Amino acid sequence: MSANRFNGFTDYGIGIGLRAPHYNHILSRKPVVDWFEIISENFMIDGGRPLHILDQILEQYKVVQHGVSMYFGSAEKLNREHLRRLKELVQRTKTPWLSDHLCWGSVDGRYTHDLLPMPYTFEAVRITAQKVREVQDFLEIPIAVENVSSYAEYHDSEMTEWDFLNEVVERADCGILLDVNNIYVSSQNHNFNPLDYVNSVPAHRVAQIHIAGHSKYRKYILDTHDHPVIDPVWKLYERAIQRAGHTATLLEWDDSIPTFQEVHDEALKANKFLRATALAEAV
Amino acid sequence: MKLMQLQRTMARAVMQPLTSSERMQRRAPDGGPMKRYASRFIKPNDRLTSFERLEIYNRQYWFRMLSALSEDFPGLRAVLGERRFDAMAKAYLIANPSRSFTLRNLSARLESWLRKNPKWAGKNQSLALDIVRLEWADIEAFDGKAEPALRPEDLARTAGPRLKLSVQPYVRLLSFRYPVDDLLLEVRKEDEDTDFASNTFTEHKKRKRVRAVAKLKPAQIFLAVHRVDYSVYFRRIEQEEFSILTALRQGKTVGAAVECAFRKSGVPQEERPAQVQAWFATWSALGWFCRPEKKSAVS
Repeated sequence: MSANRFNGFTDYGIGIGLRAPHYNHILSRKPVVDWFEIISENFMIDGGRPLHILDQILEQYKVVQHGVSMYFGSAEKLNREHLRRLKELVQRTKTPWLSDHLCWGSVDGRYTHDLLPMPYTFEAVRITAQKVREVQDFLEIPIAVENVSSYAEYHDSEMTEWDFLNEVVERADCGILLDVNNIYVSSQNHNFNPLDYVNSVPAHRVAQIHIAGHSKYRKYILDTHDHPVIDPVWKLYERAIQRAGHTATLLEWDDSIPTFQEVHDEALKANKFLRATALAEAV
Repeated sequence: MKLMQLQRTMARAVMQPLTSSERMQRRAPDGGPMKRYASRFIKPNDRLTSFERLEIYNRQYWFRMLSALSEDFPGLRAVLGERRFDAMAKAYLIANPSRSFTLRNLSARLESWLRKNPKWAGKNQSLALDIVRLEWADIEAFDGKAEPALRPEDLARTAGPRLKLSVQPYVRLLSFRYPVDDLLLEVRKEDEDTDFASNTFTEHKKRKRVRAVAKLKPAQIFLAVHRVDYSVYFRRIEQEEFSILTALRQGKTVGAAVECAFRKSGVPQEERPAQVQAWFATWSALGWFCRPEKKSAVS
């Protein structure tokens, strides 16, 4: 089930985020890594070192693009300049699919550079799905939308977050980047059972899975990507791949970044669950 | 609430400045109490009020924006001092919220804003403006476009006074009233050394160095901010070099650019040809020249 039309029929294994502190290690030691995820916006530039590094990485590794500011859920129109630059990068990386978040972050042309939560309303479903379709048509590659972690809920919401996600992906006919850490963080912040979320996702649309660590505060959890993955998140991951199969998996580590080896070792812990799932499928 | 209205309502609160103790303001953007404003659209839960949930986003917004500006402008931070820099950054962001999908462009309007709002530039506005221009040029040179460079042999083949050349888009040409290149390199060096010294000591050293530069009599320098092997360098250039390169960028022929540059120059007439030849050799070795657009290649 892992190779599907939402990830370009690929079977990418376990990847990690390409981050600047690891550039030297990767380029000089050429470690074996299934794939790297890049933050698209970091490379939507005209030239210079970032693109030079990216070109070297592309010579050796598979790369998938992940965006942080498309804001499918913003009520305003898509930013054409953003799309133009994104398409140029897509042509450069030949990413088999592209992901961004199911959230909003800009209004009236002003950007918060945050992943703000959606109100789970039918109006928001319609607007968001329409924008995902427009992006998919323009870029001509499969799009996967990622569930975000959130710290607030709206009075206006008319459905659960997972119902909202399901409505959007069905209407947009797009894939899902299922972030099991985000599900865990939101479940703690909003008092729901995270397994209900994982169990409700249409498994055939899962293009990729994110795992990550977070920070726990007295009254809430923040999605900080600066710690190893905790056991309850691994449990959600296990359940997700039981349902979706051997799916491209990526560890996010964006702050207090340890050595390349530490990050990669943490990501490779996913193998335990992937092997078990493969075994179960074989039986 | 319609989606657009809800997003406007939330964005206004998220982008509203924090208090001096870095908390969300008690007063909402509409002038009423923020508690009431937040509870209109955000649900409380068993641990957090609507106000507290909204405050998480409000604080994250400001921490992210201020940290982005601070990372991009260590020189200006050193010139203004931490507290004045923070106040300036907040004022700038209130007047100029990000209008780009990338934080890379957050400070694109900083120089023009600081020029119009000198009260945020500290005691020495010229120095503050010089350092802002240099740090922005550094950002632009880092990831600016590079066209295929003309090789020295290409230039030799086509040389002549009617030749037109383009200067690489990533090369930034600037004139300054203060030697801010030295200042910025010093600040960066001290930032790198932070691991080996206490913050207080480093800040003290930085301030001392900044004060020393600020006390200097203004002495104009000319700089090309450029790249070699994908690293950005500051190259001091002569006024005549600056004039020639600027004129070439404006589309003048080599002959006209050289003539312009030496109009008020003190370089003796007999030394000029050799000087110009040496400059062109250096610039082309650095890969600064590229072909102009076809229609204006040769006048």
